[in-house]
Amino acid sequence: MTAMLEVTDLQVAYGKIEAVKKITFSVDEGQVVTLIGTNGAGKTTTLRTISGLLRPTGGSIRFQGKPIQTTPAHEIVSLGIAHSPEGRRIFPRLTVEENLLLGSFSRKDTANIKGDLQAAYDLFPILRERAKQPAGTFSGGEQQMLAMGRAMMCRPKLLMLDEPSMGLSPLMMKRIMSTVRTLREQGTTILLVEQNAQAALRLADKGYVLEVGSIVLQGTGQELLASDDVRKAYLGED
Amino acid sequence: MLFLQQLINGLTSGSLYALIAVGYTVVYGIVQLINFAHGEVFMIGAFGSLAVWTIFFQGQTSILILIPMLLGAVAASVGVAVLMERFAYRPLRHAPRLAPLITAIGVSVSLQEIVRLFYPGAKSPLPYPQIDYVSGTALQLGDITLRRSAIFTVGALVVSAVFLWWFINRTKLGRGMQAVSQDPDTARLMGINVDRVIVVAFALGALLAGIAGVAQGLQTNSISQIMGFTAGLKAFTAAVLGGIGNVAGAVVGGLVLGVAESLATQFIPGAFGGTPWKDVWAFVLLIVVLVFRPQGLLGARVVDRA
Repeated sequence: MTAMLEVTDLQVAYGKIEAVKKITFSVDEGQVVTLIGTNGAGKTTTLRTISGLLRPTGGSIRFQGKPIQTTPAHEIVSLGIAHSPEGRRIFPRLTVEENLLLGSFSRKDTANIKGDLQAAYDLFPILRERAKQPAGTFSGGEQQMLAMGRAMMCRPKLLMLDEPSMGLSPLMMKRIMSTVRTLREQGTTILLVEQNAQAALRLADKGYVLEVGSIVLQGTGQELLASDDVRKAYLGED
Repeated sequence: MLFLQQLINGLTSGSLYALIAVGYTVVYGIVQLINFAHGEVFMIGAFGSLAVWTIFFQGQTSILILIPMLLGAVAASVGVAVLMERFAYRPLRHAPRLAPLITAIGVSVSLQEIVRLFYPGAKSPLPYPQIDYVSGTALQLGDITLRRSAIFTVGALVVSAVFLWWFINRTKLGRGMQAVSQDPDTARLMGINVDRVIVVAFALGALLAGIAGVAQGLQTNSISQIMGFTAGLKAFTAAVLGGIGNVAGAVVGGLVLGVAESLATQFIPGAFGGTPWKDVWAFVLLIVVLVFRPQGLLGARVVDRA
């Protein structure tokens, strides 16, 4: 069986600065895969390259067997890759409902969108209560829920979440992580980028540790949680 | 009475400014480019409508001719705007911002010269056709004189404003435009083709500019290749006055500018009053507003909430 997403020798540079140096990893259908690492390790760059916002300088990205490294961003969405970006990036002056509907922009099956809107509201009931409010008035956690709901509105085969727990209270973080678990149980394949390595690894089938643009360690979530290197570097233990 | 008369005059010229100003603001809201060639898009619209009349309806005055004339104006304006986006601005999408600005001025001059050299007889101003009901003798309502072209102009603005509001707030593409204006990268993640949205923004502005071209022809009974310069400058002023990037602001800014000009012309006494000072007061108003409210009257809210 081939992987749903196969990234091979991916290189990305900003001008002369190489942000991602020949990384190779894969995501199988139904899995939660996490990329962990410190700031500047290249995690966000990797996601932005997969979703087409950045062009790789080398290597390949295959989604369901097809190369997508030259496909424009707006077409990648219709292939079934949703990207909930770092910093949530909700549209602040649009309402919650308009934000969610934008998530379904690329879909042709307009008849099903209403139902998916309800599904997003069921996932995050607070969004239903505040459907007509401008999203910019929301707290960080609510914006994160909206960003995830919006990403789900394109019925993704692969959901990429960039730092969903960033800046959230421990309680809200738990809530978000349990939603990630729910989405996975519902059959969504997830590529999760996190600085909170512990929370991410607990959820993950597979994890990769990035350091300054290279993968330095990989294994199952359990293996990495148990690894001394990971514990020292990312879990704040001696 | 005089006040009411000047208010009507002001709303008439203001409606024209507003129709053109929308084009500056919509494009700015999406790509942060001041398209200084937009005045020429308006001028081309006037010539497009004249061409339709000259070729198909020469000598006729029926009101029904206004429909093909408007279509001709819109086709010419939208066509030119879409072409200039594709060939002049798109290649410069990631260039420093000065490059598209200089290009815009170049496009503006080129369009004027192309019309002057190649439109038959355009070396001097061309007479604009008289059309039943919308040009000709003014209506008298008591002491108030109401020009027929004024009714057309204000009516065109009202219809256009309603259409714009509907398009931006109620259609999927309009919602996509708002998304691009707020956060282009994230809009792409939603599956929105930003290139296409930019073309739509240019076309939308050109649609209104084309209609304005017809309105101007009916008002002044003559058109020339340089008509876009002053009108464009005033409309740009109106867009900034209302808050550049804000569609409702462009409409409000246009009307405020038109009314302020009219009232200043009439009521400022002595050496600083009268028609010669009209433009001065328009720009004084702009300066005053920008000093106290740099974001414009309604605030620079990129394409949002028409």
